Amino acid sequence: MLGKLTWDAIPFDEPIPLLTSAVVILAILGIAAWVWRKGWWPYVWNEYITSTDHKHIGIMYIVLALLMLARGFADAIMMRAQQSLAIGASQGYLPPEHYNQIFSAHGTIMIFFVAMPFVIGFMNFVVPLQLGVRDVAFPTMNNVSFWLTASGALLVNLSLFIGEFARTGWLAFPPLSELEFSPGVGVDYYLVALQISGVGTVLTAVNFVTTILKTRAPGMSYMRMPIFCWTSLASNLLILAAFPVLTVSLALLMLDRYLGFHFFTNDGGGNSMLYMNLIWIWGHPEVYILVLPAFGIFSEVAATFSGKPLFGYRSMVFATLAICIISFMVWLHHFFTMGAGANINAIFGIASMIIGVPTGVKIYNWLFTMYGGRVRFTVPMYYLIGFMLTFVLGGLTGVLLAIPPVDFVVHNSLFLVAHFHHVIIGGVVFAIMAGYTYWFPKAFGFMLDERLGKAIFWCWFIGFHLAFMPLYVLGLWGGTRRMQHISDPTWAPWLNVALVGAVIIGLGIALTVVQLLYSIKTRDQRRDITGDPWDGRTLEWLTLSPPPHYNFAVLPDVHGEEAYWTRKQTAIKEDRLIDEPDYKPIEMPINSPTGVICAFFASVCGFAVIWHIWWLAILGLIGAFAIFVWYAWQDEHEHVIPVEEVRANARERRRIRMEHLHELSQST
Amino acid sequence: MTAAEAPAIGLTHGGSEDTGLGHRGPESKSIVVPYGFWLFVLSDIVLFSALFATYATLADATDGGPTSYELFDRTLVAIETMALLLSSFVCGLAMIAAKRGSMMWTQVWLVLTGLLGVVFIYIEMHEFAGMIAEGAGPQRSAFLSSFFTLVGCHGAHVTAGLMWLGTMMAQIWTKGFKEHIMRRLLCFSVFWHALDIIWVAIFTIVYLIGTLP
Repeated sequence: MLGKLTWDAIPFDEPIPLLTSAVVILAILGIAAWVWRKGWWPYVWNEYITSTDHKHIGIMYIVLALLMLARGFADAIMMRAQQSLAIGASQGYLPPEHYNQIFSAHGTIMIFFVAMPFVIGFMNFVVPLQLGVRDVAFPTMNNVSFWLTASGALLVNLSLFIGEFARTGWLAFPPLSELEFSPGVGVDYYLVALQISGVGTVLTAVNFVTTILKTRAPGMSYMRMPIFCWTSLASNLLILAAFPVLTVSLALLMLDRYLGFHFFTNDGGGNSMLYMNLIWIWGHPEVYILVLPAFGIFSEVAATFSGKPLFGYRSMVFATLAICIISFMVWLHHFFTMGAGANINAIFGIASMIIGVPTGVKIYNWLFTMYGGRVRFTVPMYYLIGFMLTFVLGGLTGVLLAIPPVDFVVHNSLFLVAHFHHVIIGGVVFAIMAGYTYWFPKAFGFMLDERLGKAIFWCWFIGFHLAFMPLYVLGLWGGTRRMQHISDPTWAPWLNVALVGAVIIGLGIALTVVQLLYSIKTRDQRRDITGDPWDGRTLEWLTLSPPPHYNFAVLPDVHGEEAYWTRKQTAIKEDRLIDEPDYKPIEMPINSPTGVICAFFASVCGFAVIWHIWWLAILGLIGAFAIFVWYAWQDEHEHVIPVEEVRANARERRRIRMEHLHELSQST
Repeated sequence: MTAAEAPAIGLTHGGSEDTGLGHRGPESKSIVVPYGFWLFVLSDIVLFSALFATYATLADATDGGPTSYELFDRTLVAIETMALLLSSFVCGLAMIAAKRGSMMWTQVWLVLTGLLGVVFIYIEMHEFAGMIAEGAGPQRSAFLSSFFTLVGCHGAHVTAGLMWLGTMMAQIWTKGFKEHIMRRLLCFSVFWHALDIIWVAIFTIVYLIGTLP
């Protein structure tokens, strides 16, 4: 009846997961009860859970990412603590089977449920605003995408409480991940969770490529799109081309595990290196799926806070697209040691170095954007400078790793671990923190605390270097990754420094919570009345903070590369706004519970598949199909905002903006 | 827009006014929806390309078991192919009928589209069952695993398409040729034709090359 699921699945004898689960469950129930008591459920249901508003979906993505960041970081600090404790005679506090689950969960969660939701969250929030439109191309599907991602995150975290997680590393390489060597449900949790969230991600890509290519404000030609839109486009094209390959790799492994196929098994003619090739054909573009939007965020930050247009806009676009293409030609550098032969390794080594060139172009573009500008050292700017210092070094160690003979020496070592954290923290995380600070006032109408923001930056910057520089050293000494026990006591000082670094990063994460709470508490002193708190250059700063549901009363007409900046400067110079346009009623998509219901059935079905509860899996599938048919039968997908409301809001916004611009025009 | 707003002021790009695409603003739904669906179909084709690559890698990994020469029956596959291609053709006729607003002919052609799809699936099932019965099931070797997965994935798509077709016919019946129904019908036909294209590749790479003398 319940497949493999029995009471044994709940780890009553392991205090760490049990206690954590209890706390998490209590926290969720507590928050739900609190929201209910305050009478906020209708608001949360209408404005967030069932919302088709890209801004609110973006915010949900980022909330999910922040929560998962806490989980992923807890894993990180446990690993660092274990490696500092389990030296020489001591075995530390984590047994190997638990430690292995932790490093697997850490990687899986950080990439799929922290970095991806953050990046997609920013795209959701920012791209339609920057394009000067009212929503994405498929608003309801956008909501479905989010909830499928959340469903995947739920399943990964459920494994803490019911059953176990994979012990195979974040990419579950066979033959270790085959049924023969991993008979538990851990790998199944991994596979099913990623399949479900992967569907959501592909739908997101369909949505955003369509949005960017087909729905832009009048006059916004390709070469007038803000650079964040360009990098989002490139990133979504990569998702569209790479994620189906991930789906295939994971599906084939599932077939091996569930139905006894022989894709990657040691017997039956299976070929485990085929899995490496497939998963890295997805895996390398994935790096750029994350980092290209990060580059986009930094480009916006560089231009805004240097008070200059982005240097070399066109070269930036071309560099982005070059990376987009070359990123599909380097996957083999993840396993030079496969033994494909000197020539193949050389080709992939050279391709891996070539991809550094467009990235280098970008670094120069940011430097020259700052050069001669009136640089304002705000929090996002701190991250930009910190990023350039960190990322260049991380990129250089990447070039080292791209040399096949060097790679043979440091393959799967702590050197590699240091390298990819170097570029992912130094690149993606810094960008995420910059973007979070930069767009927060747009999302909520008040600024985050600047002083705490700078403290958080220093925690990340110093903490990162302390945590990962020692790993380069240990890697060169021959330290392999994923070690539950360290036999050489001379490594202790380096590992302890790394632990201190992780603690400092932890302090930064804690301060992020403090900053948020403090900023909410003092929000009345930090309101953004004008909608343009940073003196921005792109269209999201044209509307109010937070923007109305429909973003723009009238879609802005775009002239020139910096749509908003041009408009603003003209208004300041002439001390007047453009003539009041002719307002019309606005059609907006209505809310839909399709996403959350569909994700509910997907979670049920996924859970059932993991535990081999087949009747429940079929029930889940039928449920998911039924909700789609139900949705397809609805005739009304839009509601109309009356013109009076649009006009009244727009006039109020024009009054505010006029006051603000008038002040600016007086001061110049 | 006033003329005064156009010139750049202060520190802006000096870019030309030649904007290329994008002057018109957001496209209408009749463009946006099929475009998005096309992108989905493209991602589906990437999915199949990974399965083709897997098949190409493992085609010789028979583990001492039966090979493609012993297993594939060209005649059966030819009939199967005809059924699917005809189904696509009839689906095209249904589109024409729908554009003319003829409920009866639309439904007739769609039923025929579905029936031909069912014939295709039936033959495929028959082939699979026969192979499994003679001990050449997907668990036998990596070659057979990849064969069953590639061809079976296409079959699963056709089956999903049939479910969609049934829902679609019911929708046309109850709602008539409304704009959004027509958009969906267009998406369905794109999907159905795309499955044909993939089948042509399967026919060539799996069945023809697999039985070359």
